[in-house]
Amino acid sequence: MNIIVCLKQVPDTETQIKIAPDGKSIVTDDIKWIMNPYDEFGVEEALRIKEKFGGEVTVVSLGPKRVTETIRTALAMGADKGILITDDALEGSDSLAVAKALAAAIKDLEYDLIFTGQRGIDEDQGLVGPSLAEMLGIPHVSLVVKVEVAEDGKSVKVERPVEGQTLVIESPLPALLTAQKGLNEPRYASLPGIMKAKKKPLEEKSLADLGLDPSEFGEGARKLKILEITPPPERKAGKIIEGETPQEKAAELARLLHEEAKVI
Amino acid sequence: MAQGVWTIAEQREGEFRKITYEVVSEGRRLADALGQELVAVVLGSNMKDKAGELAQYGADKIIVADDPRLEPYTTDAYTAVLAQVVMEGDPAILLLGASAQGKDLSARLSARLGVAMAQDCTAFSIEDGNLVATRPIYAGKAYAKVTYVNSLPQMATARPNVMAINEPDTSRSAEVVDAAFNLDDAELKTKVVDIIKDEAGKIDLTEADKIVSGGRGMKGPENFKILEELAEVIGAAVGASRSAVDAGWRPHSDQVGQTGKVVSPNLYIACGISGAIQHLAGMSTSKVIVAINKDPDAPIFQKADYGVVADLFDVVPALTEEVKKYIQE
Repeated sequence: MNIIVCLKQVPDTETQIKIAPDGKSIVTDDIKWIMNPYDEFGVEEALRIKEKFGGEVTVVSLGPKRVTETIRTALAMGADKGILITDDALEGSDSLAVAKALAAAIKDLEYDLIFTGQRGIDEDQGLVGPSLAEMLGIPHVSLVVKVEVAEDGKSVKVERPVEGQTLVIESPLPALLTAQKGLNEPRYASLPGIMKAKKKPLEEKSLADLGLDPSEFGEGARKLKILEITPPPERKAGKIIEGETPQEKAAELARLLHEEAKVI
Repeated sequence: MAQGVWTIAEQREGEFRKITYEVVSEGRRLADALGQELVAVVLGSNMKDKAGELAQYGADKIIVADDPRLEPYTTDAYTAVLAQVVMEGDPAILLLGASAQGKDLSARLSARLGVAMAQDCTAFSIEDGNLVATRPIYAGKAYAKVTYVNSLPQMATARPNVMAINEPDTSRSAEVVDAAFNLDDAELKTKVVDIIKDEAGKIDLTEADKIVSGGRGMKGPENFKILEELAEVIGAAVGASRSAVDAGWRPHSDQVGQTGKVVSPNLYIACGISGAIQHLAGMSTSKVIVAINKDPDAPIFQKADYGVVADLFDVVPALTEEVKKYIQE
């Protein structure tokens, strides 16, 4: 069973987002970069399936050279090889263009399953996984929290929680699944794993290597144009409820929620 | 020339989801701003009678795709049908709800149509005849205003609980027409083989009107009982911070924050939650925020409309009793 996991490098969740002077991007200096947390669940699940069925896990990512570090993390966890699509012309690409580049890198590989995170915690779009599946002409299921590959390796049964219920969905392979929190607990890379990762193959590909036209990528080719990025609407600190005792405070809070905020 | 605003309805077992009314209502406002028609598209099995209801919320025309294979929702069937209907109708704007279903469908459909998509938007406007969407990014640590370049229809999803629902106008009616489509069984790869319903009465966080949430200050899983009691009295869902989930006190599906659910209830009561940036990101679009924490320096108080500096184990049970007075009124 050959599995591909797509990775995105994103700012750590503790990052304070600062808006760049152009008003259309964020300041990336001093950011601590991490593997998108939802992608980690994909790596872990791929490794577990490989441990049961054999085969290879290939991680594919896209971005500047610093993304190599995220690929090495996945290799240290146990993935077998990595591909980094890196090209100055990719800078500022939108989700459609990213999916197109990933599809070009993946289409000629042998795979049974592809994992992506359910969304990147930076842009919060959740588009690349399903778009990639569409471009590869394979089915996808998004937001999966349980994956069972059939013994014959030809199909997969997954659980997808939606509002108020969980759907149990079967799909033939190859298929793409987007990982949701709850799927598993990702392992930490071990020290021997980190040592081994340094020797694992990591291939870099440019757009030209993939037979793609650079003019279709990057900021200039965006179909979703960013007009401006602003801080969130300011929420000013409100009232601190007065009272001698917790009971008095609770009574005053209930009154304000009813009379002033009108939410109870 | 692409014309009109189209909204995709979401139904489950023949009933429209609340998000459907939100999206149709917002679609009406955009159609008015453009001076164009609002179309609602309903997919399902035997939905034709029910579909007419959407006229009351502003639809001028309702297109119904009726097929047993459209119930329940599958990405494959809905994408196949909608791609045909949308290409035929050529709308300027295509709006869906940012529910689990709407996010999944919009992602696949936008790729099939080869158009740009803006997910989980909190505001829309029309500028120079084009759709401009505002969407939180980095889970709400920043907001992006986006528009579309050479990309029609202009596709977006609306965050649940954000768009105001129009007062239904029972005098309005709309033309209800059948969609023309071909659905080939060979295209239907994924199959829903079972549906496991959550326990009855449990309200999903993303749809909840009120949320009572607990963090590390709850000290253990057994103490969430006091939050559940308050939640039951006010009709709220119970959420949790990442630390409470990672400690194993609450299921993953209850987590609010950047790596959990992003929520926008009318009332969010944070109990024993300090307000780590990744939690604040997930709930800062709530309309009214209450923080109950014994640490007066907790960052959550900077975001709260009402702050109670006290031990939650004293305040929460007392609050549960106090709100009963108003609910019984």
